[in-house]
Amino acid sequence: MAIGKSVIRKDAWDKVTGRAKYTNDFKEKGMLHAKLVTSPYAHARIRAIDIEKARSLPGVRAIITGEGLPLTGEDLRDRPPIAFDKVRYHGEVVALVVADTLVHAEKAANLVHVVYEPLPAVGKPSEALKEGAPLIHEQLGSYQKNEHTYPEPNTNIAHRTKIRKGNIEQGWAESDVVVETSVAFSPSDHVAIETRCATAEILPDGHIIISASSQSPFMIKRLISTYFGEDVGNIIVHTPLVGGAYGGKAPVQLELLAYLASKAVGGRKVSVWNAREEDMITSPVHIGLEATVKLGATKDGYIKAAEILFLFDGGAYSDKAIDVSRAAAVDCTGPYHIENVWCDSLCVYTNHPYATPFRGFGHSEQAFAIERAMDLLAEKLGMDKWELRRKNAIRPGHTTPTQVVLNRSNVGDLPACLDRLRELMEWDEWQRIEIDAYTVRAKGISCAWKTSTIDPDASSGVLLTFNPDGSVNVISGVVEIGTGTKTILAQIVAEKLKMDVNDVYVKMDIDTQTTPEHWKTVGSRGTFMAGRAALEAADDAIRQLKAIASCVLRASVEDLEVGYGKVFLRDDPSIYVPVKDIAYGYKYPNGNAIGGQIIGRGNYILRHLTPLNKETGAGKPGPEWTVGAEGVEIEFNRRDYTYKILKAFAVIDIGKVLNPKAALGQAMGAMSMGLSFASRETFLFDRYERVLNPQLRTYRPIRFGEHPEYIVEFIETPQIDAPYGARGAGEHGLIGMPAALANALSLAAEVPLNELPLIPELIWRKKKGDSHDSI
Amino acid sequence: MESSTKCEMQLLVNGETKSVVARQGDTLLFVLRNELGLTGAKPGCLNGDCGACTALVDGTPIKSCMMLAIETVGKEITTIEGLHNTPIQRAFVEHFAFQCGYCTPGFIMNAYALTETKPDADDATIQEWLESNICRCTSYQEIEAAVKEVLRQKRKTE
Amino acid sequence: MIPFEITYHRPRSIEEAVHLFDTLQQQGKKPLYYGGGTEIITLSRLHLVAADAVIDIKHIPECRTLEFNPHELVLGSALPLTTLEEANPFPLLTKAAREVADRTARNQITLGGNICGQIFYRETVLPLLLSDSQAVIAGKDGVKQCSIHDVFLQHIRLKPGQFLVQMKVDRSYASLPHFHRKRRKQGKVGYPLVTAAAIKKDGQIRVALSGVCPFPFRSKEMEERLNARHLPLHDRIEGAIRALPRPILDDIEGSAAYRLFVLKQMLFDMIDELGGE
Repeated sequence: MAIGKSVIRKDAWDKVTGRAKYTNDFKEKGMLHAKLVTSPYAHARIRAIDIEKARSLPGVRAIITGEGLPLTGEDLRDRPPIAFDKVRYHGEVVALVVADTLVHAEKAANLVHVVYEPLPAVGKPSEALKEGAPLIHEQLGSYQKNEHTYPEPNTNIAHRTKIRKGNIEQGWAESDVVVETSVAFSPSDHVAIETRCATAEILPDGHIIISASSQSPFMIKRLISTYFGEDVGNIIVHTPLVGGAYGGKAPVQLELLAYLASKAVGGRKVSVWNAREEDMITSPVHIGLEATVKLGATKDGYIKAAEILFLFDGGAYSDKAIDVSRAAAVDCTGPYHIENVWCDSLCVYTNHPYATPFRGFGHSEQAFAIERAMDLLAEKLGMDKWELRRKNAIRPGHTTPTQVVLNRSNVGDLPACLDRLRELMEWDEWQRIEIDAYTVRAKGISCAWKTSTIDPDASSGVLLTFNPDGSVNVISGVVEIGTGTKTILAQIVAEKLKMDVNDVYVKMDIDTQTTPEHWKTVGSRGTFMAGRAALEAADDAIRQLKAIASCVLRASVEDLEVGYGKVFLRDDPSIYVPVKDIAYGYKYPNGNAIGGQIIGRGNYILRHLTPLNKETGAGKPGPEWTVGAEGVEIEFNRRDYTYKILKAFAVIDIGKVLNPKAALGQAMGAMSMGLSFASRETFLFDRYERVLNPQLRTYRPIRFGEHPEYIVEFIETPQIDAPYGARGAGEHGLIGMPAALANALSLAAEVPLNELPLIPELIWRKKKGDSHDSI
Repeated sequence: MESSTKCEMQLLVNGETKSVVARQGDTLLFVLRNELGLTGAKPGCLNGDCGACTALVDGTPIKSCMMLAIETVGKEITTIEGLHNTPIQRAFVEHFAFQCGYCTPGFIMNAYALTETKPDADDATIQEWLESNICRCTSYQEIEAAVKEVLRQKRKTE
Repeated sequence: MIPFEITYHRPRSIEEAVHLFDTLQQQGKKPLYYGGGTEIITLSRLHLVAADAVIDIKHIPECRTLEFNPHELVLGSALPLTTLEEANPFPLLTKAAREVADRTARNQITLGGNICGQIFYRETVLPLLLSDSQAVIAGKDGVKQCSIHDVFLQHIRLKPGQFLVQMKVDRSYASLPHFHRKRRKQGKVGYPLVTAAAIKKDGQIRVALSGVCPFPFRSKEMEERLNARHLPLHDRIEGAIRALPRPILDDIEGSAAYRLFVLKQMLFDMIDELGGE
């Protein structure tokens, strides 16, 4: 049937013909446009804002500044939607100009005059923790927060997650060999090609209509209600197709500005659209990290202790960075069985652009630290790097850092992934070879795992309706951000109803008033949660179809089956009623009717999740762990320190492959993003912590032709409670890439490379011993 | 400074002559999207870096964010809306050569021009052309497969 | 989108262009000559360029000339770089052009625009500096021709109202042994860390660089050191490095020290390939 086939995406033809519409494609005559005025300083007191000159320009309808606005934030309310009193990062919004056209708005924005008094800025998290570091949030102690967020007032610590598992002292005592390593990288960006956009309109009857390029339309609705006291039922959020998200469109930012802008012009429709530069630094970014990992192992390579310190660069506001830092702690050891674990994961304020989820949600970051340490440990033990990982690979019966007991269902088969990776990479043949005087080839590997630390009460709903011809419509709150999840839902429904997937239609866009909620389209949770809801909705529809058919066919429902567009007798399929004849009620020849429109309803809520214990971290953060083993093969030039990534490998246990080409696309796309991040992407800051490269001209993601050959395979260990056993798979390809690349290059260059991105200059600098910075 | 520089211009877009009123400083991208409703060409950077706005002018791919609309008067403009069931579109569909779809119109316009004008393109030529566009979802391997399949078909039928 | 008001003008002749410039200026306006337009549009967005009018020179026949005369190549300033690449009249220039931006952008970027640009890499000027090319310049007092060395020193030195019409290159240069290499921080598209172009004429190496300093240049001093064959190769290269103009770029593309490391290797490769041992 439909499962396991490379069903063509439902959005395919719209997307190759230019007919697919994204938020900023919906143009309306009379719509106003807003332009952001942003801070040129990373940390400064706002002394004055002069809007007079700008206000007097023709076409300008309103200019909004930050006074009197509520603080916002999902875990910790620390961020004014528009800066007030001071700015905390380069690019922060200080005013919003609303005008008839974007040109008018831009002209006026250019005339808004802000007087700043620069304050000392801090960039690195380790610097921000030092005594005497500039305090970024003086009022940290007074901010509203949720129950499980632990800011430390009078410091720059927004949150600390502690993991205390086993007895770390005993772990060290049992260890024959100990290694310690530190890694670091600065914030970078998601660079979705569609920049963020939101429009808002407030109708006379109080309805607030938002359109947003967002992974979280339902959260927008909740938050606008919470922050501004609007009735939640009045808020309707539309999300059409989204042009790439990767976590960066999970937070709520421009939507608040659009709402404020509309409010300032009497409810008229206003569009707020990021230019690329704003999208890169004003809107939230990919988190930076400084980490130290200490591992202890027995001589024969069994890891006995792990001590890990993560200092996440949350930037100026905590947003979802708190969650990211927590997620990294939850899986801090990587997919290895370690009985004694000590980890502190801090979300630290700095004067950098603020951080938010990035595909992998703290896990490629965590993996980079752990997997560099694993290579170092293998070297010190004189053990094969694959062997060390295989030996310590996590398995059913083991516990995670937060002490969840794993079983065959909630964790995939890491040893199987590793075994297959070893074959695919021909690992045993060689790991480093010198081709000629300068050319070296090397391989590096990394394991990956991830659970999704989303809210424990997150839920997803699906509605199924029928068309008069018996075909089905799937209505789900999952946003089509590119992952193809809605096509997968159609496959799930088609499989369940035993029908042609071409007869299953999906509603692509979201309207929060009519679409059942899906918490947020994040964390590789679309297929699992919405898939479960879709199955339940299909069952619900089947139940209803059978009930009507049972009357029509004069047979008990137990004897009926639904499929192939019919409800038929299990033992004699020649006796049936077509679905199309009963989906809108059945009409007898005499005109009497029974039944009525069939609407299948399904929902799913995560179960048994718990918050983490404040002191030990114990708790159940997510439903299951997807695991994988990944690697890269590179060719390195020892003379000029350039390199090529020749091949990239991933073997991921995704439980069940629902759509092979779509699954490969998810894995390969994630790997590409991971390699791009690892090999070239970073924000560069000047000494005042201003971003020097907020453009794609100078911040250059990987391009066509720079890509390696991708070799991806899947292991299928079903997650029993997931639709057809499928595990989350949208992020895992990314997780191991930075570490694998660093491991391969470190081996090739014969120098530890513990920073990202891995540009030739970095390798050159490390080979020279870091001392040749000046001429 | 507010003296308007709007003027009427005749543009030949996808085979149809269109009369639009636009500022002389408006880019082709802006006019296509805002005046002609052709939103297939996407703004990605407005800086000539990402290629999402690629359209054809007299058959040559250009970044429509980097060209004034008024410059194209007298030229033939083709946007993604002007392509109908072409081999490159079909190949993108079959090879899953897009995910979010936002960079896709630009990629397809560029790849279309490549496959139309250089059916003998070798790997180096394919790379030289296609490195003009950034895709953030796929690994590029899918796009490579789609383009190479169209080139293979072209060579076979020629 | 240009976030301020400009008028667009499309002269059909050199005289018309020059006259337009003059007239606009007399009206108190700031006109700019406009080639491919990519840089003007880019910098306008960031308010780094201001203008009231742009004069598009792409429709002036002389600016579109691509002629292979018996002794001379004539390259119109408004030729897109890809047109030059495909016609390939001057292989070293083709190589230099091919590394600028990306191909789609080069369908718009013109030779003149790249040479006269504010963005300081201007890599297509390197072959023209090496070949002692001639620049044809139009202005109020007519069209004149002069050595590139008289009008290009780090950047183009044009008087107000003047524009570059053509570059002329002695054809003998097109077949000389040459070397071209561009290294970036990472990847295959983007600004250079170092771009080096060289030719060998009459046994002597000529070299021009971009990305090393905040301007492209050809340095006689460097060439003298590189060609000092009586010295060991290492000393020649060290000497050439010492003779570099200042400052050495130290920016987001790379540190000064790393740039010199890259340059040094390129100079070795250059001499190796051009046989200047």
